[in-house]
Amino acid sequence: MISWGVFHWKHAPFESPPKLLPQCRKSPLERAGVSHNLGRTTEHVSGDVGLSAGHGLSDAKKGLLLAAPPGLYAVLLLAVPLGAVLLLSFWSQDFLTLDRTFTLKNYREAFTEPLYMLLLGRSLLIAGAVTIATVVLAFPIAYFVSFYVRPERKSLWIFLITIPFWTSYLIRVFLWKVILGYNGVLNSSLQGLGIIEEPLTFILYNANAVVITLAHAFAPFAILPIFVALEKIDRSLLEASRDLGEGKFRTFTRVTLPLAMPGVVAAILIVFIPTIGDYVTPRLVGGPDGLMIANMIQTQFLKLNNAPLGAALAVIAMLSVSLISLGIVLATMRWMKGGK
Amino acid sequence: MKPLISLSGLTKSFGDVEVLKGIEAEIGEGEFFSLLGPSGCGKTTLLRIIAGFETPTSGALLLGGQNMAGVPANKRPTNMVFQSYAVFPHLSVAQNVGFGLRRSGLSQTEKGKKIEEALGMVGLAGYGGRAAHALSGGQRQRVALARALILEPKVLLLDEPLSALDKKLREQMQSELRRLQRQVGITFILVTHDQEEALIMSDRIAVMFDGQIAQLAAPQELYRRPVSRRVGDFIGVMNFLPADGRLEEGRDIVLDIAGLGRTVVEQDQCPAGFVNGSGAVGVRPESLQILFEGEQARGEVAKGEVAEVIYYGDMTYYEIALPGAPERLTVSMKNRAGRPVLERGVAARLEWDASSLIYFPA
Repeated sequence: MISWGVFHWKHAPFESPPKLLPQCRKSPLERAGVSHNLGRTTEHVSGDVGLSAGHGLSDAKKGLLLAAPPGLYAVLLLAVPLGAVLLLSFWSQDFLTLDRTFTLKNYREAFTEPLYMLLLGRSLLIAGAVTIATVVLAFPIAYFVSFYVRPERKSLWIFLITIPFWTSYLIRVFLWKVILGYNGVLNSSLQGLGIIEEPLTFILYNANAVVITLAHAFAPFAILPIFVALEKIDRSLLEASRDLGEGKFRTFTRVTLPLAMPGVVAAILIVFIPTIGDYVTPRLVGGPDGLMIANMIQTQFLKLNNAPLGAALAVIAMLSVSLISLGIVLATMRWMKGGK
Repeated sequence: MKPLISLSGLTKSFGDVEVLKGIEAEIGEGEFFSLLGPSGCGKTTLLRIIAGFETPTSGALLLGGQNMAGVPANKRPTNMVFQSYAVFPHLSVAQNVGFGLRRSGLSQTEKGKKIEEALGMVGLAGYGGRAAHALSGGQRQRVALARALILEPKVLLLDEPLSALDKKLREQMQSELRRLQRQVGITFILVTHDQEEALIMSDRIAVMFDGQIAQLAAPQELYRRPVSRRVGDFIGVMNFLPADGRLEEGRDIVLDIAGLGRTVVEQDQCPAGFVNGSGAVGVRPESLQILFEGEQARGEVAKGEVAEVIYYGDMTYYEIALPGAPERLTVSMKNRAGRPVLERGVAARLEWDASSLIYFPA
């Protein structure tokens, strides 16, 4: 992501409209013989000033030109803050001033203080649980829509699945509080039905509540990629499997699931990566046992006024996510290659 | 012929649409059987019923004397080569071919040997390790064939297997499929809309129109004695001329043919059964001859004019306009040495023979 942004940023100035370059003067690049094509464009355009800037550019350059503005945007809003955080993590806080000498003190503290490692471990655990719960619950829904819903109704179903997104994330989290609370919808219904005597307490203000709330919030993000992967499966492959003697279950495990794996992996990553860094949900429904690493980062930055330590924690969390995601991608790639 | 499959009173409806309207047929053991017809005639539905992917609305399907009602596709002794080949893209060639061997009880080495044998049979020896998605269309087809044949089914079902291949490859696969069928000796049922393909490959052909079998016969019989004008028109090229027919002495049929005049034909030249009145006479292009200069007529002769010349290299097709005939007649002539190719507009003498005519009462 970062390198992608930098790549476009580096190229973007080269894509400035060539007709603006005076014919007599050659750009440094052209002199170096780097952009032969651009040179020709300059000559061509000089005879016909009215031509648009993109005319005569190769497809690759047109593509770069198109991608340049979002690339620039990504650099400014992603790479620069990221660099700042990285830099900050190697500085230290000296009461009210920043000490800008390079130090690994923050990392040492982050790795030695048990609380931080506990929070990181809990974040990974919760994110893992959310991911598993979301993907396992999303798969049957995606499967149902792809295989059992009439083709002309599919877009309606997908549309219905996105309905929870019509309201703000915050409101949805608050609603879960209403549902899961001590005198909440769930508890009073179960009590009213005589199923439980005392209200259930393990469903709010702990890690369970975080998992429930996040799994619901990310469900559509998991359903969509899995649905797309299932849609792409040629139905005659499933008939071929049946024809070759396999029943419904084996056809699923030998054909449908392996072919849906790209969608499942996408769903896993889409859910896992943002979940680790979530701090709104743990803050609102997590209680003391449900707090995650992002809450600690926020605390360090805003309350304890120790931005460098917060930055170091953020970098560590980011690296953990990157490594785990990479591991997931590599593992599935190997599995798909050597798969049965 | 020992019947292996028997279809009786088979019908199939999708909603209000009746796709099959009472199919009656018997398909023999070791036979190369083709279902031929234009698209939408129900031939693929019939094949899918035999495979077990569709259930008939009514009627019975017996396979080897056993009623197949309620037997799912994975429990039937049939295997199919799909139109799209349906080669599993996530598996290697060997894994594709060995897909159905999971419950065969064979050891890994036995399976490997069997897979290699099957690949050799379809001309893909040594391809086992390749990724299936990297194969060409022709190779994919061979993988699909090997994958089906390795299970030694009683019946191999082929759903328009050659329609996606280019002409050269298609012709090569036609003779190869025929060779394979003789080699393994099992029943092949081929669905095709290509009449030439059906004629080349089949022992018997069922021509289907609108959910019904119009004629079920061997290729030669089908070509020479089509039971209806529609079948004659669908198989190869056939010229049609309006004609009036009546029975003479209860035996021969006297025909008054537009453009050709009066002639007498025998009863078996009217395969659909004779009815007094008007109808049409059909005649194949190769049954008509153009008499070149100096050639003696052996049959009857009609005089006309060359209206169109289509030169094919080995053959020339002429369209001859006959006075009194509403449509031009297509005549095919072999381009022998010393025989000129006539030009448009010249007069032509057309030789014909009453024994090559087929009469279709309206």
